[in-house]
Amino acid sequence: MATPARYRLSAGAMVAVTILLVIPILALVIVPIYARKSPELWGFPFFYWYQLLWVLLCGFFTWGAHLVIQRDRRTTGRDRAEVQR
Amino acid sequence: MSGHPVELAAGTKVDGTALGVLIFFFLVVSVGGFWAARWRRADSPHSLDEWGLGGRSFGTVITWFLLGGDLYTAYTFIAVPAAMFATGAVSGYFAVAYTILVYPIIFIFMPRMWSVAHRNGYVTAADFIRGRFDSKTLALAVAITGILATMPYIALQLVGIQAIIDTIGIGGKGNAFVRDLPLLIAFAVLAAYTYSSGLRAPALIAFVKDTLIYLVIAVAIIYVGVHTGFHHLFNAAQTKMATKNPKTHAATGVFVPAKNNYWAYATLAFGSALALFMYPHSMTAVLSGRSRNVIRRNAAILPTYSLMLGLLALLGYAAIAEKTSVVGTDGKPNPQLAVPHFFRDQFPHWFAGVAYSAIAIGALVPAAIMSIAAANLFTRNIYREFIAPGATPKQEATVSKITSLVVKFGALIFVLSLDKQNAINLQLLGGVWILQTFVSVVGGLYSRWLHRWALLAGWAVGMVYGTVAAYHQKSAATKHFGGSLATFPYTHTKMYIAFSALVLNIVVAVVLTLVLRAVRAPAGRDQTTDDDYYAESDLAGDTLPGTEGGLPAPGAATSRT
Repeated sequence: MATPARYRLSAGAMVAVTILLVIPILALVIVPIYARKSPELWGFPFFYWYQLLWVLLCGFFTWGAHLVIQRDRRTTGRDRAEVQR
Repeated sequence: MSGHPVELAAGTKVDGTALGVLIFFFLVVSVGGFWAARWRRADSPHSLDEWGLGGRSFGTVITWFLLGGDLYTAYTFIAVPAAMFATGAVSGYFAVAYTILVYPIIFIFMPRMWSVAHRNGYVTAADFIRGRFDSKTLALAVAITGILATMPYIALQLVGIQAIIDTIGIGGKGNAFVRDLPLLIAFAVLAAYTYSSGLRAPALIAFVKDTLIYLVIAVAIIYVGVHTGFHHLFNAAQTKMATKNPKTHAATGVFVPAKNNYWAYATLAFGSALALFMYPHSMTAVLSGRSRNVIRRNAAILPTYSLMLGLLALLGYAAIAEKTSVVGTDGKPNPQLAVPHFFRDQFPHWFAGVAYSAIAIGALVPAAIMSIAAANLFTRNIYREFIAPGATPKQEATVSKITSLVVKFGALIFVLSLDKQNAINLQLLGGVWILQTFVSVVGGLYSRWLHRWALLAGWAVGMVYGTVAAYHQKSAATKHFGGSLATFPYTHTKMYIAFSALVLNIVVAVVLTLVLRAVRAPAGRDQTTDDDYYAESDLAGDTLPGTEGGLPAPGAATSRT
């Protein structure tokens, strides 16, 4: 059974969501980026504060991906409604 | 650290104030646990959907507390700082990277899992495998792996409570019955309200647990910043990790990973992130959400817990800087006491009591969800599949309730009768095992290309390799199961065993699929449709949020402003 078109994300949204989700993954999987002591922040070596910072950033990126999907669904939904009219 | 353990042990008294605070919070959550049966009560509470998934009705906020309470367990709170205290970043701090990585990953595939489960009434991952691949054997493999991986995890929650009880001063060489009595009472009460309230009980208790945890961590980290100072904290940790062990001449631990353990750190974080949502208790919490959006939104807001976990991990270093003694009432040093003892030594009794309560309640929430999840697996994929195929929803719920009791008491007997090292070993293996179901479950969400028999073979190879590799790891403390890292086959690079096993698992599955497809082995009938993987919640029907005109989709309402 073919996937109904209404469920598909638009190509642009798909690209945006992929980028938003892949960046945090790469930022943490590539350990050499952050396995260092300096620069320090409030006494925290870089290795430690970088990862804590990514906790917050990752939340923002994931929320961004969520918003992109919501928006895309609304616009494609409207398109569909107009076609039906 | 080893100091004069006997004197310390002899000087231990029961901390009455802390014990009082702990009992108070325990009573609060017990009342809440029983009352939860009435909370958001359904018309027909006698089904697995109601008892085991809370009616699949939880919104963003409840799911956030439930998943947070479920994934960040008492054992995590004890074990991550303990690992930091003992050997530093690679064994401890990777948990921060791991619990960040997990969210973009689940954002990708968990909504599909939710949809297909919602459409077809699946309660467990094995239900999905059964429907998707039409294979009782593969579903059984996934179910048994889930139960095996969950049992020691429940046992470790008890180990977390034991660390607290020991710190309060009940324990030591006294009467074994008196020592274990608090644990028995706590678990009997937990078992009783889980039995009567199902998933609603941990969902409600999670509010108390998380409020306490956030409060305790906020206070602790401000205290550490002002009193200990972060410079001093990291310097003390760095010095300890660089100190060479007089016997082995190896450094105590790792402060910042160097070239030789980049792969170890990355595979530990990534492998654990892939594994986390394969655990039955994570799946249960996700499936209890009421819409796809609840899951996506939670993927974005759950990292707040990771921030807390990261700060908590640093308390392991704070214990180093403050020269906290980790000698237990039995007179033996035990790094798992680092955090409880840190609170005991640095804070007034009543606040230490609040911290102990946060950790102990932090054990009850996941233990309840885990036992429910294991019981659901048994009921759906063993009992209904092989023992009583015609079971009614009411019979399913009854079997599941009884199984949840059996599972909890099994874990209790395990912890009380065996050395707790066994529980830790099995938990390590559990992580290795559960990741081997990833290929079937997540692969299955996207395609049926991989053949069911090839998946079964890949699973078996991953399980055997992972178990053998873990068995052969030595450490200063144990001859076997000494750590979660091993050299990847035919290389000198150390990697997380679960990850290496997953790679072998995938290779076997792909190669055998090519063979089986060439000989046209029967692939079975798919009971799901492509449509199922995109289904929204019932109220929204199959229309898109925003197009249905009248009622907005329940999950979509808040973000659409």
